[in-house]
Amino acid sequence: MSATPKRRKPPRVGDGPLFRRLLIGIVLVIGAILILAPLLIIGVEAFSKGWAVYRDTIIHPDTLHAIGLTVFAALVAVPVNTAFGVAAAWSITKFDFRGRRLLLVVIEIPFSVSPIVAGVAYLFVYGLQGIFGPTLDEYGIKILFAIPGIILASMFVTAPFVARELIPLMQAQGRDLEEAATSLGASGWRTFFSVTLPNIKWALLYGVVLCNARVMGEFGAVSIVSGNIRGQTNTLPLHIELLYHDYQAAGAFAASSILALIAVFTIIAKVALERQGAGRVRSSATRPALVANPAEKTS
Amino acid sequence: MRRNVLPGLRLSLGVTLLYAGLIVVLPLAALVFKAASLGPEDYWRIVSSTRALASYRVTVLCALGATIFNLFFGLALAWVLTRYRFPGWRIVDAMVDLPFALPTAVAGISLTALFTTNGWFGSILADLGIKVAYTPLGIMIAMCFTSLPFIVRTVQPVLEDLDPALEEAAQSLGGSDWTIFRKVILPLLTPALLAGVSLSFARSLGEFGAIIFIAGNQPMSTEITALLVFIRLEEYDYQAAAAVASVLLVTAFVMLALTNWMQSRALRYTVRN
Repeated sequence: MSATPKRRKPPRVGDGPLFRRLLIGIVLVIGAILILAPLLIIGVEAFSKGWAVYRDTIIHPDTLHAIGLTVFAALVAVPVNTAFGVAAAWSITKFDFRGRRLLLVVIEIPFSVSPIVAGVAYLFVYGLQGIFGPTLDEYGIKILFAIPGIILASMFVTAPFVARELIPLMQAQGRDLEEAATSLGASGWRTFFSVTLPNIKWALLYGVVLCNARVMGEFGAVSIVSGNIRGQTNTLPLHIELLYHDYQAAGAFAASSILALIAVFTIIAKVALERQGAGRVRSSATRPALVANPAEKTS
Repeated sequence: MRRNVLPGLRLSLGVTLLYAGLIVVLPLAALVFKAASLGPEDYWRIVSSTRALASYRVTVLCALGATIFNLFFGLALAWVLTRYRFPGWRIVDAMVDLPFALPTAVAGISLTALFTTNGWFGSILADLGIKVAYTPLGIMIAMCFTSLPFIVRTVQPVLEDLDPALEEAAQSLGGSDWTIFRKVILPLLTPALLAGVSLSFARSLGEFGAIIFIAGNQPMSTEITALLVFIRLEEYDYQAAAAVASVLLVTAFVMLALTNWMQSRALRYTVRN
């Protein structure tokens, strides 16, 4: 965000005091209704039956198990996705090969596919009706309706998160530094860890934070592949649904408050990382890396 | 082309292709394969059943409504955040990302609590005779929530980079604010707006978690397509689930192509040099 210059300038379009106040007012009111209120009501509803109910929901074995499973899924899916994101960004930005653009599109696909479609798709790979399902069943390997399925589905929905933060940035940074390091005799890993990584660390962390938030919150895809077995394959978002449909609204909101807290921390981390320059090459999480263009500010 | 001296192509590309192949391509191919194994007649019968058609209608109409609302509100929000400074604008700017960060199931139950007839907003609207929760209006609100950041975050950088000289020139020629907005600013924003709109629309078409709690889920009236897929699965009707899911998949691909095309157009206006 560019700072307003000190010099007094003629008023810009829409700077009339009445219009300005009116527009800010309208935007803040709608924003409060649509964005702030949903966050606030989580706290209000979570404590609507008192602190005891809140505490009981949180320390209930099923909730604790759901929290544990959600954390475990994130602990596996996020590092794997990070490794993938780095590998994808390295290969796409440091080399020229045929099919690069196609690869970029493939990496972007999970962003536009409905999580429900993702869940169904996994069913047709590892389910009994799927390609590998019957074979896996013979060997007694359970992927669907078990933890591996939850992790795989989470990996699908978050596959682009790290790659899309790194690709535009590494594209803009070019290859000169790495080429210099290599020509001076540094190994590939050394080049990556001492030259590339320091330049991409904030963007990498930014991608990891967003990826983590999505893994922990994923609902649609996971609800299909998990089988919703209480105390076994229920992640926190699924547990919320279960409590909600069990007419334990206060409990559902109590469990939600944990995820809402994670969301707030995610936003705080995002803002802090943006101050470090992350997410700036493509200043939002919405423009895909596909159109990455070294658009460095020269003026 | 210069000879590339950098190491690691084989390893990094190998990992990338293996992962993208196993995690992204394989499942989607399996879905397409399953849907294709139905044969054209059965496939057509399933995807054009009255219940499926009704679900497409609800999904598309609500997504359209939500996107149109977000087009105006998102533009206003982006405008306020880039043009005006007021106490707390940084917090508002950060809060725009909440729909991305908040899990959809949580958003779903919160919006439902707010808009049921005894909720904070639902009770007021009920007095006016407007029912939101368990109607298409509720679906639309859930879609508005989840897709709002797309439009704000695509328009915001373009608004920030807008050259004040253009406005000054138009002002010196005697244009009124509204004329300048319409004739000078809006055309420059249009590519970004369109890109944001297509992202927002695509997201709304596929949304599930936030919607199912507030939607009421009545077949033929408030049942979205993603939910129909889910219901077919619960009925163990895997072929029907595959067929309807393939419709969502094809739509997603069309939207992806459209978005990429619009974004490459939008980019022409955001290259900053």
